[in-house]
Amino acid sequence: MANYYQPEIETMPYEQLRQLQNERLLKQVQHVWDNVPYYRQKMEEKGVTPADIQSVDDLHKLPFLTKADLRDAYPYGLMGKPKSECVRIHSTSGTTGKRVMAFYTQHDIDLWEDCCARAIVAAGGTKEDVLHVSYGYGLFTGGMGLHGGGHKVGCLTLPMSSGNTDRQLQFMEDLGSTILCCTPSYAQYLAESIHERGLQDKIHLKAGIFGAEAWSEDMRRDIENRLGIKAYDIFGLTELSGPGVSFECEEQTGMHINEDHFIAEIIDPDTGEVLPLGSKGELVFTSLTKEAFPLLRYRTRDICMLSREKCSCGRTFVKMAKPMGRSDDMLIIRGVNVFPSQIETVLLQKGYPANYQIIVDRVNNTDTFEVMVEMNPELFSDSLAKITSAEKELVSALKAMLGISAKVKLVAPKSITRSEGKAVRVIDKRKI
Amino acid sequence: MNIHQISVFLENRTGQLAEITKLLAESNVDIRAISIAETADYGLARMIVDDSHKASTILLQHGDILSMTPVWAVEVPDRPGGLSELLAVLADAHVDVEYMYSLFAHKDDHAYMVMRISDEPKFISTLGDRQIKIMTKAELDLK
Ligand SMILES: [Zn+2]
Repeated sequence: MANYYQPEIETMPYEQLRQLQNERLLKQVQHVWDNVPYYRQKMEEKGVTPADIQSVDDLHKLPFLTKADLRDAYPYGLMGKPKSECVRIHSTSGTTGKRVMAFYTQHDIDLWEDCCARAIVAAGGTKEDVLHVSYGYGLFTGGMGLHGGGHKVGCLTLPMSSGNTDRQLQFMEDLGSTILCCTPSYAQYLAESIHERGLQDKIHLKAGIFGAEAWSEDMRRDIENRLGIKAYDIFGLTELSGPGVSFECEEQTGMHINEDHFIAEIIDPDTGEVLPLGSKGELVFTSLTKEAFPLLRYRTRDICMLSREKCSCGRTFVKMAKPMGRSDDMLIIRGVNVFPSQIETVLLQKGYPANYQIIVDRVNNTDTFEVMVEMNPELFSDSLAKITSAEKELVSALKAMLGISAKVKLVAPKSITRSEGKAVRVIDKRKI
Repeated sequence: MNIHQISVFLENRTGQLAEITKLLAESNVDIRAISIAETADYGLARMIVDDSHKASTILLQHGDILSMTPVWAVEVPDRPGGLSELLAVLADAHVDVEYMYSLFAHKDDHAYMVMRISDEPKFISTLGDRQIKIMTKAELDLK
């Protein structure tokens, strides 16, 4: 039986939901026009005023916001409320360029935590649960987002943050954690540690909510099997609040977008043209309710698909597929698009751990592409020929998946640094 | 009776073998024979040690990837042509040797070859017919 945190909203008939979005959009466009000169100028340049936006059907008339706009307007240029009305900021790690700074009023935080609470309840969470939050706390939205959601649901919420594996396992065991929230790579790491220490029987997790990182369906099954849980995907961006923009239900066939707070569009990334439902393209979000950081038509660079097929859980919110990779993660190697998640899929299929690192460089104007793969004890043998033939099989499977050849480098187990937060999957040494 | 060989995965990194041999030395494990096989990117070390159980425990704790394989230690006369005669016997009987390397023992007049064989029954009967000695663990002071 499906569980909802806010059933009247989560299962609202589509017509009614659309009506709610229309009302909220009009209000939001007016709010931005009045309070965000940066965006107002963009609208004026396009010859659009709030009067041109009468419903969601007019959304396409509005100009886009991109990461470049966020950089130009850094740090305060896109704020919709004076600083005195804001109570918090969160920020991205800034590993790829300038960091994104997002602001929140108390109202914004309240709605964001509702979104996270919906995800927790959809994963089977109730006030009886012990919610083990191993996302990083601090500027990163993961920790505090799920934490706030846990409070709303009434879970006993453990603010573990990431790192200190022994303490994580000790708390899981002693307090009987039932729902784990962290990045999928950290979940895998914890699963391995649990098996190494022989704690399987002492850990009583039933579900996990994993996001903030690309992960494949194979990785999901791997985590589910090893932890004996059901693993739920969650999606979000700091720019839009954080985790909880969309979340998975028990059907695990895509993430329901919280459409009372966000409108999603899929566009052609080259032309900016809106594509029909079911097309593959760049995901664009419009925030309907955010006060302090009200982004309209924000281009996420995530390549994705939407579906409004009826879901067995009863939610009417549109579903987004797992992004095929952020275009930020996407590498162009020898002219071919490569998503790290594709490499992960192949590794798991061939029996190697999904802990890998991609190293791209450029030598004599040609891209070099190396994948460091950890040797698996089960694939090891006293015969070099056997190891080499398994390696050759991996090389050809990678080539079949990616369309270009990668050099595989087998390394000792656990030698690829596994950060306790986000995994470093790509090292691009090219200077272009 | 066969003896146990430990194979260890070596990634292409300076000092890994030095690290492994040091660990074993510190625990008083005696390496009786060692052979390295390698490609350009990785390799493996095959070893015969006096206490294979102890050695494998130490290496596993160190995080190494191991495999244990049954191999054969064969006595070879320690003089020119000794090995050649043995290999001729095996070749005539169509017994394939996957790989081999020599083993040190503190005995006079004899050398020993460690051999990995695919057709073991044929190997044993061939050597038996020619009265070539297969060494036991006890004879080599292996645990
Ligand atoms: Zn659903």
